[in-house]
Amino acid sequence: MSLRFALLLACLLPGAASSGDIPLSERRSGYEMMSRETQKIQDEDATNPGTLWVLDGEALWAKKSGSAGKSCADCHGDARQSMKGVAARYPAFDPARGRPLNLEQRINACRADHQTAPPFAYESKELLALEAYVARQSRGLPIAPRIDTKTKPFLEAGRETFHRRQGQLNLSCSQCHDDHWGKKLAGSVIPQGHPTGYPIYRLEWQNLGSLGRRLRGCAFGIRAQVPELGSDELVDLELYLMWRARGMKIETPGVRP
Amino acid sequence: MARAVVTVPPRAKRGEIVEIKTLAQHTMETGFRRTQTGDLIPRDIIRTFACTYNGVEVCRVELHPAIAANPLIAFTTVATESGALKFEWAGDNGYSVTEIAPIKVE
Amino acid sequence: MTTRRQFLIVSAALAAPAAARAQLDPNLAANRKAAFQAALKRIVGDTKVARGRVKLTLPPLIDNGNSVPLSVSVESPMTEADHVKAIHVLTEKNPLPDVITFALGPRAGRASFATRVRLADTQTVTAIAQMSDGSFWSDGAEVVVTLSACLEEGLI
Repeated sequence: MSLRFALLLACLLPGAASSGDIPLSERRSGYEMMSRETQKIQDEDATNPGTLWVLDGEALWAKKSGSAGKSCADCHGDARQSMKGVAARYPAFDPARGRPLNLEQRINACRADHQTAPPFAYESKELLALEAYVARQSRGLPIAPRIDTKTKPFLEAGRETFHRRQGQLNLSCSQCHDDHWGKKLAGSVIPQGHPTGYPIYRLEWQNLGSLGRRLRGCAFGIRAQVPELGSDELVDLELYLMWRARGMKIETPGVRP
Repeated sequence: MARAVVTVPPRAKRGEIVEIKTLAQHTMETGFRRTQTGDLIPRDIIRTFACTYNGVEVCRVELHPAIAANPLIAFTTVATESGALKFEWAGDNGYSVTEIAPIKVE
Repeated sequence: MTTRRQFLIVSAALAAPAAARAQLDPNLAANRKAAFQAALKRIVGDTKVARGRVKLTLPPLIDNGNSVPLSVSVESPMTEADHVKAIHVLTEKNPLPDVITFALGPRAGRASFATRVRLADTQTVTAIAQMSDGSFWSDGAEVVVTLSACLEEGLI
């Protein structure tokens, strides 16, 4: 992060912080803000590096795990049927834990509760592979997290985080991604920030990664406190972002710069 | 675990050009990156890729650190007879992956 | 608990990628250009390289230098008597000049291939085709490479 970047950012900011939500009809996936060449990488399973993780996930789905000796398939059967639409409604409320869990936490919760298996580490190859495989079954389906009396408080917490100025650069997510999307920041186009393709193959990482990883990168970029993976703050923000993207189609595995 | 994915049309007409797309899962560590404490991360890349069609060479490729992670190599062959396409990747630290895809030519 | 001062120092150090640190070498550009010339000589020897017959396709402005789609195709009848033996791709500003060598065998289809490459900087990329008659043909393409707005090296 250079001084030049900080100055560029300072020039972009309006005098007063305005944070109007993007009208639903004006929402664009990050896919539309990429070059045609990068879009083509995502379009074809044969060239999309995410395919490698989806296939790994498919193998893991059938693999028996933990002292209960069960595989995901033993309870959930064919993922192509049972997991259809699931990723589109995550993060989802877990009554046992009294709060929404994201897909990674859900997978680890299943491992603990039903497979008696140790959790996969966040951003581990196995967890990303399973998440990619499950989310891939929602490809083309509209994002639809369930908002009701149980989940509303967490949604509001996420909304507050999205609109809160934070970090040394005193920026809120909303200032760039609601107010200045489509404009350039040091050579890159600012996307609206919708989680349409997660887990994504990010060219910058040269690896698959979760929404949590991406959000931590954003926090790091504005020199704010970086929340821990799986923290309440991060998952509440994920819930808000999915709600903000409601109706938009899942693209997993997405490719992004 | 899926170490590589190859995409070959399962059937083709004799004499037709066949598109082949291959993807290998590999970080292609360049050898130029450093850890947070400044030490060089050693090079670890796929060095060669070869494709044969019923035992006869289609292509032989030398890869260098400038090839992106999770390398894509796409190329063509001419469908002449039914059989198998064999794909072999080899690289640093004993990396070795083989995939075979059948092809039916009518 | 890191102090703000420590965080600033560490952030500044992390923000400069290894390549940028290496770019503090005043002879860098000259050294890399020389390496390109050496690599070229290794491939073609003293034979003159003609322009033409080769088409190197790269996006003019790319999203991220870590993964740039590249394809090369060469006009050639691809017969026993007249074919392309190999296609080489070189750069002048990467740490190493060689990118890929695609050698065509008896079962090769068209004289073409596609891959994805890493480009360290805005530069010209060169593709050289080695023909069965011993001749060499080439094409070059200019690419503009920008760094991402938010570098997050070392943070997972």
